[in-house]
Amino acid sequence: MPFIATPEFLHFSQALPLQSGASIRDYTLAYETYGTLNAERSNAVLVCHALNASHHVAGVYAGQDKSEGWWDNMIGPGKPVDTDQFFVIGVNNLGSCFGSTGPMHTHPDTGQVYGANFPVVTVEDWVNAQALLLDRLGVQQLAAVLGGSLGGMQALSWTLQYPERVRHAVVVASAPNLNAENIAFNEVARRAIVTDPDFHGGHFYQHGVVPKRGLRIARMIGHITYLSDDVMNEKFGRQLREGLELKYSTQEIEFQIESYLRYQGDKFSEYFDANTYLLITRALDYFDPARAHGGDLSRALARATARFLLVSFSTDWRFSPKRSREMVKALLDNRRDVSYAEIDAPHGHDAFLLDDPRYIDLIRAYFSRIAKEFA
Amino acid sequence: MTEKVNMQAIAALVPTGSRVLDLGCGDGALLDYLQRERACSGYGIEIDDANVLACARRGVNVIQLNLEEGLAMFADHSFDVVLQIDTLPHLRNAETMLRETARVGRTGIVAFPNFAHWPNRVSVLCGRMPVTRRLPYQWYDTPNIRVGTYADFAILAQKNQLRILDSFGLQDGQSVRFLPNIRASTAVFHFQRDAG
Repeated sequence: MPFIATPEFLHFSQALPLQSGASIRDYTLAYETYGTLNAERSNAVLVCHALNASHHVAGVYAGQDKSEGWWDNMIGPGKPVDTDQFFVIGVNNLGSCFGSTGPMHTHPDTGQVYGANFPVVTVEDWVNAQALLLDRLGVQQLAAVLGGSLGGMQALSWTLQYPERVRHAVVVASAPNLNAENIAFNEVARRAIVTDPDFHGGHFYQHGVVPKRGLRIARMIGHITYLSDDVMNEKFGRQLREGLELKYSTQEIEFQIESYLRYQGDKFSEYFDANTYLLITRALDYFDPARAHGGDLSRALARATARFLLVSFSTDWRFSPKRSREMVKALLDNRRDVSYAEIDAPHGHDAFLLDDPRYIDLIRAYFSRIAKEFA
Repeated sequence: MTEKVNMQAIAALVPTGSRVLDLGCGDGALLDYLQRERACSGYGIEIDDANVLACARRGVNVIQLNLEEGLAMFADHSFDVVLQIDTLPHLRNAETMLRETARVGRTGIVAFPNFAHWPNRVSVLCGRMPVTRRLPYQWYDTPNIRVGTYADFAILAQKNQLRILDSFGLQDGQSVRFLPNIRASTAVFHFQRDAG
């Protein structure tokens, strides 16, 4: 039986200094919480989201069909991250388009919609904002911070920015920075958006249009990279969309995979904000904690004191096991407590949102150990 | 090495408070024991999903790796003790892994089934591969791709300039120091890389 989740909002009037040197003030963070903070305030778990997700991590919205949170299979009563034991917090990041202040909102200085003037935000900025939210919720220290992909980068960054506030970090299908290929994919997506005539330099809101063509293509390329070759072949292969005869057309949909990608692109362009897409992919590109240490990840992670669980998936070529192993190695160099699982799953990067029993059971086992620490 | 008595005999070789790397740590029982009883810390390496999960359930640090890929992740002498308990027979690259064990650990402890234990000799003399409590597999489905004897390992260790700190046999949890190559089903070697 799904439980009902309710989004909440907190306003922050004081300016948050950003890594770029800019700042943002009078902003709102959307968040949800599940479970109950215990008397010792020791059972809080923060869940960080990736590109296309939000504070709505688990549960459903009252009266809305198919409104399950994006990690509902992982988090909830009796789930691997058990909300009967943990107080789980999901927060929407700044610049997003799901409730927290983003480029579609009004700049308090100008009274105009931010649009392209929304400041560039980084993973570190998001973590700083999340820390302020935790302050307001009365959570001084997290039992765990948990995230996949870009969410995993935030979890890692938490252990570096606020080492004393994190006891465990669970970093799934993530990386210590993006490699050139990954930045390249992001750049293709951004170019698709920016060159859409409806983009208007990021100020499309006042033109009453949405650069849907760009968003569709951005989503299509993203989607390809989240899947594996095997899973795509298994799901679609060379199946034609209709009938058995070739149409000999260059523009009509011929193969099932084309139809699927167009559908995904269409759906995405209906709800996702183009400026948000640019901001979030840039945050991905910029994340690189080793940069301040001459590229030495081991030195960068020396600050972390949390205990770590890292998980990667064998067919994930966007955030490959190799990248997770780099983080494991850096933690080993610092003699930190770390466990690492490499799940041999066929689903590519998407596997971190799916139900592979080895993965689910491992997260459950890890969190039940954490629960024992404060039980 | 499921028998608890054997586990304790090997644990007794690990100094209190050691930083330990357990290659092929199985369900993490030995590491768990070393952490609880001997104040050790460290990591287990496992390839098997079910064992990785078992380690997580015990609260033992485990890193899922294929040992055949080597120990590049680990720096020289980064552990006080590197354990290879019943792992060697599963390794195609047994000699390389022995060298890696000596590189990563200040000392190494290797334990494996001694094929020269007398019941095995009797079995082979009768023309059959042994199937015993210690080597419970039929020849056609054994996971042990390397079988060797106590005496064989001593030669391999010498070839790789390993200095044997101690070696003995283990039988039913008791150490066997007289004719271990015949009298013990398990061979145990405690060694370090020869400084010279």
